[in-house]
Amino acid sequence: MNGTAMAEQRTAHNAHSAAAHGSAAHGSAGHGHGHGHGEHFAHPAPAWILLGTFFALIFFTILTVVIADNVELGSFELLVSMGIATIKAVLVGAFFMHMWWDKGFNVLVFLSSLLFFALFIGFALMDSYETLSNVTNFYTP
Amino acid sequence: MATTQVVRDEYSPLVDLEHSHEHEHGPFIAHHFHTAEQQFDSGKLGIWLFLVTEVLFFGGLFVAYIIYRYNRPEVFTDAHVHLDTLLGGLNTIVLLFSSLTMAWGVRAAQMGDNKTTAISVLITMVCAALFLGVKAVEYSHKWDLGLLPGDLFSYDPHADHAHGLISNYLIMLCIPFAVLLVGFAIGAILNWNTGKQLVGQFYAGLAITMLGYFAGVAGGVVWMSAAAAKHEDHGDSHHAAVRADGVEAVRPVAFHPNHTLPVDGAVAADGTATTAATVAEGGDAAKAVEPLNKSLGVFFSIYYCMTGLHAIHIIGGIIALSWIFYRSLAAQWRPDYFGPVDFVGLYWHLVDLIWIYLFPLMYLIR
Repeated sequence: MNGTAMAEQRTAHNAHSAAAHGSAAHGSAGHGHGHGHGEHFAHPAPAWILLGTFFALIFFTILTVVIADNVELGSFELLVSMGIATIKAVLVGAFFMHMWWDKGFNVLVFLSSLLFFALFIGFALMDSYETLSNVTNFYTP
Repeated sequence: MATTQVVRDEYSPLVDLEHSHEHEHGPFIAHHFHTAEQQFDSGKLGIWLFLVTEVLFFGGLFVAYIIYRYNRPEVFTDAHVHLDTLLGGLNTIVLLFSSLTMAWGVRAAQMGDNKTTAISVLITMVCAALFLGVKAVEYSHKWDLGLLPGDLFSYDPHADHAHGLISNYLIMLCIPFAVLLVGFAIGAILNWNTGKQLVGQFYAGLAITMLGYFAGVAGGVVWMSAAAAKHEDHGDSHHAAVRADGVEAVRPVAFHPNHTLPVDGAVAADGTATTAATVAEGGDAAKAVEPLNKSLGVFFSIYYCMTGLHAIHIIGGIIALSWIFYRSLAAQWRPDYFGPVDFVGLYWHLVDLIWIYLFPLMYLIR
């Protein structure tokens, strides 16, 4: 493999990606993929976004622990901790997993799993609710 | 190689003719793909589909958790005192940091910076092993206390005093990693000395990963003994919250409107339909303890299944990451070929994602 050629290609690529970040072309789904110029599909996430995501995740982790230990939320406790977990999950998904820049179809495929998971929970809970009185009757003569 | 290139180009109208004669454009593109991008997109869709199956795989366990918590919320509020929130929180941060280094490795691979990718992936592996080390301390401590799944549940709050600083279970959990550490260290030295520096570096990285496990074990043991010392100062307040003595066991059932079931202990005590409150007042506590503990045993069944399956995924992740680590050392990533790093990275982030939900569901129940 020709080392010099590689280095040149790399430099050219970096210039390209820098330009892409500058014009925020990343966010648009329809940015033209140059066929043949293979390196055009590589979209390195900006370093500050990765670091920012990490520190936001740390912040929310500490926040959720502090809330659990110090704030009396009663029945809202689960809602709040799950809400914070979901914010963290969205951060990981959007930036660490590149969903922000990914093809819409891939995101749709992944999010569809959550739809089926919600159906799973929903029907199981409905069933549990329906049969709860039977179980209670079984245990209480 | 040149022949292959020509043949592919004949069947590949999409290949850029300007570049088609270049060798470095070809080597990593499998013969059934037209372009590097097509290959990457196929792999990416494939890994997303795999992650969908993973979500549904864990989904069953989450549903078990939700149904049981919905029906028996008091079991969960009682069980959480057995989990060390701060240690779990620190482990969460270790895992989040490993996600950052993984994302950093993917970024470097996309820019063709193989050295940064290798270092980032190695840090990810070390963090993963560290997480497992802390988990091993948590597990072995619970096993010592009899916090076991299902019918095996036999909680004795004072059992840990009988064991030394290092649990026998912990030693057992360390043995495989110790064997691997020695093996990888020998492999590193032998390969390095015989001039196979690439393989030598690879084994050295694996040995460092195993050291990360022992760092986690050491940190966990120090944390646990510090917590135990603090605990002795404050008397047995920690254990008082636990249903060891039956009377403490009763928690207001009215907390949850859906909770119409009598506590199983109440039925077992004298066979009549009593409520949890009458058990506390009537005081046949000794008989009530056992079935209540069984309920806690169900919580720990769920706990071990969920965190255990997650731990298996961490081990799988380390194996997959070591493959990426080797290929990074071999400098195989380029701006037009970094798919495997990205795909293993996505898997790793999903493992992190699942922990993001497991942590509040297990450690932050109040």
